[in-house]
Amino acid sequence: MSGLQAAWAIARKDLRTELRTKESINAAASFALVILVLFSFAFDLGREELYAISGGLLWLVYSFAGALIVNRGFAREVPNDCLDVLLASPAPAWSLFVGKAVSAFFLLMIVEAISLPVFGLFYNIRWMQNFPQLLVVILLATWGITVVGTAFSAVTVNVRLRELMLPVLLYPVLIPLLIGAMGTTTALFAGESLAGDNASSLRLLVGFDAIYTALAVYLIEYVLIV
Amino acid sequence: MREKATYLLALLAAVVMIGNLHTIFTQLPDEAMQGAVYRIIFVHVPAAINADIFFTIALVTAILFLATKKFIYDSVTVACVEVGAMLTLFNLVTGSIWGRNQWGIWWAWDLRMTGQLMCFLLYMGYLLVRPAISEPTQRATMSSIVAIFAYADIPLVLMAIRLPNVRTQHPGPVLETGGMAPAFRGPFAIGILAMFLISAALVLVRLHQETAQREIDSLRREVHAR
Repeated sequence: MSGLQAAWAIARKDLRTELRTKESINAAASFALVILVLFSFAFDLGREELYAISGGLLWLVYSFAGALIVNRGFAREVPNDCLDVLLASPAPAWSLFVGKAVSAFFLLMIVEAISLPVFGLFYNIRWMQNFPQLLVVILLATWGITVVGTAFSAVTVNVRLRELMLPVLLYPVLIPLLIGAMGTTTALFAGESLAGDNASSLRLLVGFDAIYTALAVYLIEYVLIV
Repeated sequence: MREKATYLLALLAAVVMIGNLHTIFTQLPDEAMQGAVYRIIFVHVPAAINADIFFTIALVTAILFLATKKFIYDSVTVACVEVGAMLTLFNLVTGSIWGRNQWGIWWAWDLRMTGQLMCFLLYMGYLLVRPAISEPTQRATMSSIVAIFAYADIPLVLMAIRLPNVRTQHPGPVLETGGMAPAFRGPFAIGILAMFLISAALVLVRLHQETAQREIDSLRREVHAR
């Protein structure tokens, strides 16, 4: 079994467990909805102002939900010493990491797919225009959130106050990604296309994903096998 | 011997710093546009430069720890990050005071300031995660990983905040463009040296504490093992 096959097997295992118990996906989806409702009380905005902050709102919701999902990634394997068993298996550490990141990616995409229409409905944002381009931004930024999140979930798995420590580490690292994603999403909602200034934000997302995927895949061996 | 070297370094730092302050406050004239407050530049910029120096050392020693698993590198990393974070905070505070005086506001979301603040937050994550892990090898490994991730993020943050919707307010670089009056250059260079000497002395003190702490911990474990 090659490393990628092992990664896919682990991703399938995680997704199956999650879709049967639905423990983190239910929590993350309801949390996203609660935040969306809270934001509507926090800001009393006109239509233009709302469009100006729409991308920021959406990505705050997504990154909050993302932290909830990646938190479970490695924590799920702690009871019954499952993590030790996985590490003792012939699958290399990086394929364990990639599998976890892929399953978190799919779960976060599901949560995002649920909350995007609700967001459009609550805030009267026309998100369907430019949808293919929006999808590119969402795919890139979601992968960034899950790959960094899964790496930090491995770092914090044996840490006291894990649930508190993960966001403290994760959000500062995600700042460049979120700046890029928020800017492009706002522009796309306003009917712009992914050209000019928005293309440079897109390049930032691609660069972030490439750098952190490489760094995490390379360093995960040191994180998991101490 | 090492203690003596530390004290000697600290003494040297104090002499250089006080001598330089004497020059800055009594010999140099007020700046034409800003008046007396421009003197902050002699500590504000050296703090930023030295923070970058110590964060770079921390990156190198973090990588060396992962490669060799020698705890001395971990001690150097934590000492450098602590001193670097302190210098960054000092840089932010002095800059803020200058901004209040010159701009009338304490803070602007300017690219340099935002970048520096993110840098501070990233390394605070490093300092927060350390006490949360009790097992020494694990603590050193995980925090080294966090130090590497933090350093990798800085160029990306700088790129992200250069995106078009971010304003610039911070004064431009005066060093490369030769905009600094010749009389100011000497005290400025000595300011960098003085800040470096103080920081190096602090790093040595922290390093000494770290090694002592490690010895105490291993003695305690030995006693418990009996």
